[in-house]
Amino acid sequence: MSTELPLIGDYSTPTTQLSGARIGVVTFPGTLDDRDAARAVRAAGAEAVSLWHADTDLQDVDAVVIPGGFSYGDYLRAGAISRFAPMMDKIVDAANSEAKLPVLGICNGFQILTESHLLPGSMIKNDHLKFLCRDQLLRVENNQTAWTNGYEAGQEITIVLKNQDGQYVADEKTLDMLEAENRVAFSYVGWNPNGSRRSIAGISNEAGNVVGLMPHPEHAIEAGFGPDHRGTDGLTFFTSVLTHLVGGKK
Amino acid sequence: MPRIVVDVMLKPEILDPQGKAIAGALPRLGFTSFEAVRQGKRFELFVDGEVTDEILAQAREAAETLLSNPVIEDVVNVEVVAD
Repeated sequence: MSTELPLIGDYSTPTTQLSGARIGVVTFPGTLDDRDAARAVRAAGAEAVSLWHADTDLQDVDAVVIPGGFSYGDYLRAGAISRFAPMMDKIVDAANSEAKLPVLGICNGFQILTESHLLPGSMIKNDHLKFLCRDQLLRVENNQTAWTNGYEAGQEITIVLKNQDGQYVADEKTLDMLEAENRVAFSYVGWNPNGSRRSIAGISNEAGNVVGLMPHPEHAIEAGFGPDHRGTDGLTFFTSVLTHLVGGKK
Repeated sequence: MPRIVVDVMLKPEILDPQGKAIAGALPRLGFTSFEAVRQGKRFELFVDGEVTDEILAQAREAAETLLSNPVIEDVVNVEVVAD
């Protein structure tokens, strides 16, 4: 097992895997952020396991991250082609099974999860039509999910937002249902950066094991490289799922 | 070669930012008669040989499962075009 040495910080004590958890990171053709997601998994103290979209073996992972990028070039619709990957069939089954595999979809991963119908709604182009890359303030609306239990309810965090198809849309009935069932996981604070309905940045499924969001927690896990060169607000996603896996969920 | 044309449009209640941008550009070019624009997608599925009912049914299924996302889009037309 290899451990990742952060580039700055006090690492006088040897780093070891803090838990035996194995977290899969899926790579599709056109995925960009799989390496960063794997690094975030290791920074949280778990082992990152690379999963290839065309394989069908989940390799007994305890959780899965579907990272961002432009799988299949966003041809057709963002996430539309990846959704039919053999690995996605396995992930959908495992997420819906009694074991309720925790799944986190980030950016293009979120789009793949909506196309897979693991999460409701869909993403269309930003209302201003521009690609946007910025440090984004979010409010944690639901800290009861597998991926958010380490946050305080209502906590404001800053992580990176970078996309062109980031406008979350769903019909009014679905939006009402998401709010009534406390399934809005994250909201944009202040300016709505893409026209998302009700400023929704991320949502969860009913059981709380599947979470998807447009901003990128995996880019905010390490001092020196996150938002404002110091933000590490994203690391809690990856430590939350470890807490969840050992049964310590709130 | 005969082909099956599939037209997909965003549902009327879904905002179409691309259509809005086009609508903004039209009057700048002197096209002032158009109130609104909606942009859609046209797919052409080429068939080697005759388009049977079975092939047409396959095209309709593909249109509903892959070519469109029923959450945000409608398949508004599936038709055979013979050349």
